[in-house]
Amino acid sequence: MDGMTPVPTPRPGARRRVGRLFAAAAAAALMAGAALPAAAQGRFIVMASTTSTEQSGLFKGLLPAFRQATGIEVRVVAVGTGQAIDTARRGDADVLFVHDTALEEKFVADGFAAERRDVMYNDFVLAGPKADPAGLRGSDIAAALKKLAATPQGFVSRGDKSGTHAAELRLWKAAGIDVDAQRPAGYRACGCGMGPALNMAAALNAHVLTDRATWLAFRNRSELGVLVEGDHRLFNQYGVLVVSRAKHPHVKADLAQQFADWVVSPAGQAVIAQLKVEGEPLFFPNARR
Amino acid sequence: MNGASPPTAAPDRMAPETLGAALGPPVLSLHAAGVSLGATTALTEVTLTLHRGERLVLVGSNGAGKTTLLRLLHGVLRPRAAAQRQVHRPQPARGGVVGAMVFQRPFFLRLSVRRNLRLALWLHGVPRAGREAQARLALQRVGLEALAERPAHTLSAGQQQRLALARAWALRPEVLFLDEPTASLDPAAKREVEALIDGIAREGVTLVMSTHNLGQAKRLASRVAHLEGGRLLALEPVDRFFGAAPLPAPTRLFLKGELPWTA
Amino acid sequence: MNSIAQSLPIAWSLVTAGDPQLVAVVLLSLRVSALACVFGALLGVAAGAALAVLRFPGQRGVVALLNTLLALPSVVVGLTVYLLLSRSGPLGEFGLLFTPTAMVVAQSLLVMPLIAALTRRLLVSALEQGGEQLHSLGAGPLLRAGLLLAHERLGLVTVLLTAFGRAVSEVGAVMIVGGNIEGVTRVMTTTIALETSKGDLPLALALGLVLLGVVGALHALLALLQARRGQPVEALA
Repeated sequence: MDGMTPVPTPRPGARRRVGRLFAAAAAAALMAGAALPAAAQGRFIVMASTTSTEQSGLFKGLLPAFRQATGIEVRVVAVGTGQAIDTARRGDADVLFVHDTALEEKFVADGFAAERRDVMYNDFVLAGPKADPAGLRGSDIAAALKKLAATPQGFVSRGDKSGTHAAELRLWKAAGIDVDAQRPAGYRACGCGMGPALNMAAALNAHVLTDRATWLAFRNRSELGVLVEGDHRLFNQYGVLVVSRAKHPHVKADLAQQFADWVVSPAGQAVIAQLKVEGEPLFFPNARR
Repeated sequence: MNGASPPTAAPDRMAPETLGAALGPPVLSLHAAGVSLGATTALTEVTLTLHRGERLVLVGSNGAGKTTLLRLLHGVLRPRAAAQRQVHRPQPARGGVVGAMVFQRPFFLRLSVRRNLRLALWLHGVPRAGREAQARLALQRVGLEALAERPAHTLSAGQQQRLALARAWALRPEVLFLDEPTASLDPAAKREVEALIDGIAREGVTLVMSTHNLGQAKRLASRVAHLEGGRLLALEPVDRFFGAAPLPAPTRLFLKGELPWTA
Repeated sequence: MNSIAQSLPIAWSLVTAGDPQLVAVVLLSLRVSALACVFGALLGVAAGAALAVLRFPGQRGVVALLNTLLALPSVVVGLTVYLLLSRSGPLGEFGLLFTPTAMVVAQSLLVMPLIAALTRRLLVSALEQGGEQLHSLGAGPLLRAGLLLAHERLGLVTVLLTAFGRAVSEVGAVMIVGGNIEGVTRVMTTTIALETSKGDLPLALALGLVLLGVVGALHALLALLQARRGQPVEALA
């Protein structure tokens, strides 16, 4: 109300009530906070990797083996390749595990890592309607994409700066098509991860470029099947990089180096080779000695 | 009255005679005071002095400014200029709020009857030892001791108003302000509350009360003020107001309207 | 439609099986959001109360800003907190990114405007009823606010539950600052997002039902409490 005169407050004989309430809330908060997993419990590193890698199930098999061997826990932050590299660049991750050799080499060139090492590869496949309305079945990806662009058949692109997206753009280029300049009739960019892109393709009965590992783990296939595979241009190389202390002194370089060393060692490579879905291997280890 | 004892009479103190007696020393004065509530002017050019021991009753139609005047005198509203309101007696330092006020509909916190009283005493800085005793005394004064532990909200309207009186009385106010205290009550509760107010006034507490009930004004007042459109139109001792005093036309019309049997 | 029909029995079996991983995820969701509400309340209730009782120049502007913040997308809050807590950011040295603590921080910032706005509304309404009487009795503005907040304690509980609902159901903030790390920062909503992106829609829906069930149980508890005290159902005016 306008014009209310100020009244000095009497000394709190029983403002203890409010005070007690605050104290109770703060105590509860502290106790609950203590119950949260502490930020630095045991030895652990943060690994920035990609959604397709995590969703393929690789880490479920790989990381427990690493923990058993070394006692080090690996905490995976799985985002798109672009975001993963950005995370490592900021120093928010100790180790980087992605599949875009060109960007990885740039990362090294910019001084954020000492080196990159090959770990394993899998391949991309072109999935699409099993009925194959565009007649793409075969093992020549460039020819298939050329044919596809000439039809109104749907194609779902991840459009998210991911390794898969970069590979897709390279393949369109190999087919002689610039998707920005002359967008094929059925081209849909979703700006999303591999899973959602597959969901969308299944729903639209469209084509999609996917890594084999995610495809094998994908359960919502609807009418989709593998149409094009085996082309050497569909090769998908994974690399591991330890974030350099030179740029980010706080990084757990020793622990991260242990991971990088283990994953290219015979022990780590053997674990990778054993990971299978429906009897098919997820990845092919190819670390160089 | 449900299960409550009749109010006990307060010790009778010498109160100044209302009819024709000299008015006591001044307690509060207003000098051409005005109050603006937002864009509207609720009061204009009001000049009056409140005297110790008197019973000033404010009458007037709805929206005339009675409520605003009460609040201005009490101190919960500010005048347009600070100099327009003058407090004469040294009051305990409570930022200009004088005495205690009873509203037409009393507000209580969601506590028991007793706790509400103790809270009011605490707000007034009464130490812990005194609060319990004074609270009990106040409940006895209005006859609500039996309901002390009940939640204040469960009391009837009449009982709540008596509790509001108890709360105000417990603060030992110099002036008791009342804003149409019996307007929402049934006839029986009206009589009880009026009797209590009369009793408190007899103890020497100065009274400022607004009412629509001219009979009540006649019964309780020593002086009557008539307000219309935010202005003070008439201010007379009660017998002159209802008797032969020359009054402004609007006031005469008001009295006619309220008292159809007046010639 | 198939996925929706499938999700109900899956939800049931999830709850009855009591999978330890699921239990851990649910508990983390509850702990993070509850803590966020506590911290959000400590600041939000104070801010809302201050806005209700105090008069200062530019007050209307502050209230308008507060109401605007209610529309803050959770992903924007997450992004902002991420940039603050990142090693390359101003608060990087604390190493809080990708931990539950970061999630609590982000959600606290998210619910604080909500709690402040709702508390302010609650208090303005209470002040209209009893502010003048309390002033008359000798209470200054802050004491009036405190007394009326205690008076409206049940209304305050409703405010906190509303904030909790907002926090526990959001995914944008906790995804970005937590990183959805399995076993560490994975909560109900990020799990649902993950399962959706993996294509396991019935499971995702089932987890959604579990989340609703947990929040529903809390509200049922409150209703029970109100009924026992004989209070009518408190509605925010």
